[in-house]
Amino acid sequence: MSLRVYISRDAAAKACGAEELVAAVRAEAAKRGQDVTIIRNGSRGMVWLEPLLEVATPGGRTGFGMVGADDVPSLFDANFGDHPKAVGLVEEIPFFKTQTRLTFARCGRTDPLSMADYEAEGGLNGLRKALAMTGAEILKEVTDSGLRGRGGAGFPTGIKWKTVHEAQADQKYIVCNADEGDSATFADRMIMEGDPFVLIEGMAIAGVAVGATKGYVYIRSEYPDAIEVMGEALTIARAKGLLGSSLLGSGRTFDMEIRVGAGAYVCGEETSLLNSLEGKRGIVRAKPPLPALQGFMGKPTVVNNVISLATIPVIMDKGAGFYRDFGLGRSRGTIPIQIAGNVKFGGLYETAFGLTLGQIVNEIGGGTFSGRPVKAVQVGGPLGAYFPPALFDTPFGYEEFAGKDGLIGHAGITVFDERTDMLKMARFAMEFCAIESCGKCTPCRIGAVRGVETVDRIAAGDPSAMPILRDLCHTMKLGSLCALGGFTPYPVMSALTHFPDDFARSKEAAE
Amino acid sequence: MPAVPSQERVREIIADHMALEGPLLPIFHALQAEYGHVPQLAIPVIAEVLNIGRAEVHGTMSFYHDFREEPAGRHVVKLCRAEACQAAGSDRVADHARETLGVDWHETTKNGAVTLEPVFCLGLCACGPAAMVDGKVVGLVTKKRFDKIISEIDA
Repeated sequence: MSLRVYISRDAAAKACGAEELVAAVRAEAAKRGQDVTIIRNGSRGMVWLEPLLEVATPGGRTGFGMVGADDVPSLFDANFGDHPKAVGLVEEIPFFKTQTRLTFARCGRTDPLSMADYEAEGGLNGLRKALAMTGAEILKEVTDSGLRGRGGAGFPTGIKWKTVHEAQADQKYIVCNADEGDSATFADRMIMEGDPFVLIEGMAIAGVAVGATKGYVYIRSEYPDAIEVMGEALTIARAKGLLGSSLLGSGRTFDMEIRVGAGAYVCGEETSLLNSLEGKRGIVRAKPPLPALQGFMGKPTVVNNVISLATIPVIMDKGAGFYRDFGLGRSRGTIPIQIAGNVKFGGLYETAFGLTLGQIVNEIGGGTFSGRPVKAVQVGGPLGAYFPPALFDTPFGYEEFAGKDGLIGHAGITVFDERTDMLKMARFAMEFCAIESCGKCTPCRIGAVRGVETVDRIAAGDPSAMPILRDLCHTMKLGSLCALGGFTPYPVMSALTHFPDDFARSKEAAE
Repeated sequence: MPAVPSQERVREIIADHMALEGPLLPIFHALQAEYGHVPQLAIPVIAEVLNIGRAEVHGTMSFYHDFREEPAGRHVVKLCRAEACQAAGSDRVADHARETLGVDWHETTKNGAVTLEPVFCLGLCACGPAAMVDGKVVGLVTKKRFDKIISEIDA
């Protein structure tokens, strides 16, 4: 009987040495003449354990964490049993066991490119159901589920789809925004590398629902592994009838293409993305017209984030009510929270909305990696606010975070310890905005540059610059078309508000 | 070594992408894959075939951080400068990198071996500081690990 070993092909696993581990296991197995099958699964999301090696046993898959190539001989000696690196049954590890995995149900369990694995674990059920329904019925299901855009804006997905559904045009498009540029976020990457068919299925359902026959996935160039897996998945999906001129033999058409970004953060904004896809500079467009009416090539277009689309299959499979029953307030369903930065247990944790920020950081994330006290947590990427521990009772939800002058964005959380200089972080927010501004709106293009200079004045002990910074943030917030200029004030102002000591620099200290 | 750009080959590459909706970025990517940069001689050819202005072609290319007008060094090392990696200590690695290589961001070492570039997020935020070395991802980059990477690629 061949030993079945699982080592993730996720980029985070590779970054921690998964490729070297695979080579070492192969070499050791050959040396010992032992029959070993290595399956390259997706990520379990427990990044701190990578490279995680799992072995199939009658009782479930047992794991070995942070395995180096030099651990391999001893693992074979122990017959993959009792070993210092053993972490027990992988699905019993609290970080994994306490999750509610709906969108990421298969991720880490299956071979991402095996359609047999995909179907065996519930794949294609959603599309099959959708194909037996009218567009209006699918829209109702998606609307009733309460799903809101997981890219950050939180717009109700069903309403967006309805607008495209009702628009009259000879061609409509589904565009998947996989330009996941926010620091601390990697959910899109993880699902594309770990369960690509679920995104394809979600896009196909969207196409069937609104009457679009063509889709695009715009993946950032910083994700070569995701681009590779998605490319292979498309080929398999076409061969298996999940894409093409007759979806699962229904006679309905949907096909898609992958496009690669080119390093511009602003292209994660939907109108910039559409311009980029059309072969133009990624300049933000004014709305209206909405992309839902005049999107890609001027045609009605659904632009959705990866996670929004990848959640559609489970909603169609299990029903709107099932999904809606998770969550709190107007934040329904589950959210893949990505815990990053200076944190002990970093990774992706899918759960219903409603955990408090403190639970996420301290209980799930285990506090800082450095062991020092947490100073601040940035929620929602580079445009998200810094939260001090005093606000750790904030429940994770769209409205709840907005109420505290923050945002959940794409649900990335960066933990910083006490050594962090918040003035420096505020300066970085402005610097980042200056580098990445598309240049369309003056408050963003010029304001971010002035912002860096103004923070530098404060750092040099000039308190008269403080009101200027506040005023500048106010102008950027109200005078920018998109979230880059409009939301850069969040990290800056939250740093200023919650950590005033870091901005109170005396001239002497600065010199 | 990448090939020397020629009009004929550039035209072939463009022609390969003309069936696409919005072919310009895929053309730039293909040219850069072939030559290691987007050669200047391609700009007027693209403008002619796509029936848009040269300024439009140049403006689009220069908008994106990825496209190069000149070839990079033999190896490209990208270090993540975004917040999650900063929280994990990437600034110290970045300072060390610039010091030991003797270059600033976007510059290439004198011997042409290494181009150092900043990148804003590789999606490796729970195992930072992160880097990408010739297209391959590397996590948990310390100063020591950085030195090892450089010694291996520079060998």
